[in-house]
Amino acid sequence: MSQSRKILARHAGRESLKPGELVEASVDLVLANDITAPLAIEEFEKLGRGKVFDTGKVVLVLDHFTPNRDIASAEQCAFVRRFARQYSVEHFYDGGEVGIEHVLLPEEGLIAPGSLVIGADSHTCTYGALGAFATGMGSTDVGAAMATGKAWFRAPEAIKVNVTGKLRPWSGGKDVILYLIGRLGVDGATYHSLEFVGDGIADISVDGRLTAANMAIEAGAKNGIFGVDLQAVEYLASVGVAAEEQALEPDEYGYTSELDIDLDVLEPQVALPHLPSNAVPVGEAPKVKLDQSVIGSCTNGRMEDMRLAAEVLRGRKVATGVRLIIIPGSPRVYRKSMEEGLFDIYLDAGAVISPPTCGPCLGGHMGILAAGERAISTTNRNFTGRMGHRESEVYLSNPAVAAASAVTGTITDPGELS
Amino acid sequence: MSGAVLEGKAHKLGDHVNTDLIIPATYLVTNDPVELGCHLLEGHDPDFVARVEPGDVLVGGINFGSGSSREHAPLAIKGAGISVVIASSFARIFYRNSINVGLPILESPEAAAAINDGDSLRVDLAAGTIEDLTTGEKFEVPAYPEFMQGLIDSGGLINYLKKQE
Repeated sequence: MSQSRKILARHAGRESLKPGELVEASVDLVLANDITAPLAIEEFEKLGRGKVFDTGKVVLVLDHFTPNRDIASAEQCAFVRRFARQYSVEHFYDGGEVGIEHVLLPEEGLIAPGSLVIGADSHTCTYGALGAFATGMGSTDVGAAMATGKAWFRAPEAIKVNVTGKLRPWSGGKDVILYLIGRLGVDGATYHSLEFVGDGIADISVDGRLTAANMAIEAGAKNGIFGVDLQAVEYLASVGVAAEEQALEPDEYGYTSELDIDLDVLEPQVALPHLPSNAVPVGEAPKVKLDQSVIGSCTNGRMEDMRLAAEVLRGRKVATGVRLIIIPGSPRVYRKSMEEGLFDIYLDAGAVISPPTCGPCLGGHMGILAAGERAISTTNRNFTGRMGHRESEVYLSNPAVAAASAVTGTITDPGELS
Repeated sequence: MSGAVLEGKAHKLGDHVNTDLIIPATYLVTNDPVELGCHLLEGHDPDFVARVEPGDVLVGGINFGSGSSREHAPLAIKGAGISVVIASSFARIFYRNSINVGLPILESPEAAAAINDGDSLRVDLAAGTIEDLTTGEKFEVPAYPEFMQGLIDSGGLINYLKKQE
């Protein structure tokens, strides 16, 4: 395992690949959800193969509009459910087994370093945190891959992100990626891989790396990828995946550009409406009045995030007029949060605890904003109307900032809470 | 989608027109292009679709189609009757999705900058030309890579794969 092009080359049966080359490659895992699977299944059926390429390598997760919010979304889930049964899809997640797909798949031990993963969800790039080449595609590409086990790829150029130093209190993976998107812009990495290297990565937890890789797409990147260090090996072992340490090494074509991030000076970041690239240090964010705070999503719905939120909320109350919605990202995260007593802290603070779902992140359900309302959210997109009415606003942050802001009712640095 | 000459009125949009603006997620409970098309660009302007006539052209700035992988975005554009999208640049997933669903997309920073809202356009896909009939300006669009042209000529990925069988 080394960098993105090498993984792609190996899956295309090639020694190496030049940036820009178009190749067909065999994929190790193909993913879709309740929004994208119905269209993928329709395209799959058109090919008339009568079976999926491998019943153990197709993953279907009903996570977006579930538990179903209306009849139309229930029909979509029913359609996917019938398909999963008919084609004996082994990794089908429904009901109490549902987690937010990009929280769930690593926990299920489905992501291995060096593997090639495609998903009909743009945040499929999350799995790069574990050394996989993972990228989002549309339903047709994924429907075709469900039948053939193959997809075509353009070998990406690569940007080196050199991370040094030690994380400051209340900063984490979210702040690394928001800062980076702020530097690159929302299309600064289009067609590129973001390859994270440097001594600073040892200080970022696996959960934090999953958060950082998750938002590579918000800079337009095809994927984000980390090397596999001891921490990653231990994480993988805990979910039943045997792996060895492997550093990222560039191929002969190297990197098109390099960026440095110094964790020693990285403050918690807030991305102002309406682009993830509008990142500023939390202290420079405007003191707007908030109506809602959302802690969860495929970006920040993991144990580290749940614990951070609890650490800030312990013994505190959500401000009057603010709705705090906490969404543990998977059944495991949900249970562990409960066992660790985090739910008591959340409930005492006045939060709503949601079942695992994408829900409000994309304006689906479970926390939609009215006209003129503002939310701070640990999700990944703050586009116009993303969480509800087109005249609502979303500010993106890490879970500690979102929790502290729920307590004060305005955007707040957790370090400044009394 | 190759070979056609398309004519329509330009609807000029800005940079970073993302897929949430093109088709808000709340409508992603159908795959029907016409149904999706009723909500085209509702996130940008709820009255937008009322101004679209069959054959019209979307003209965007940089990073058109950024954000989610929802293939419903190019489907909504097609379903509303838009014939072609011209932009300075496209986001990666939207680009593939458009080719897969047979929505013509042309990358031309020059055309995207010069065309005004409401201009009448003629687009010759085979020749790779965009003509602004209102201003008289003409733009050449670089050819697609050979592999992509093959996909386009086949009518999208599924038909391409069927031909290979």
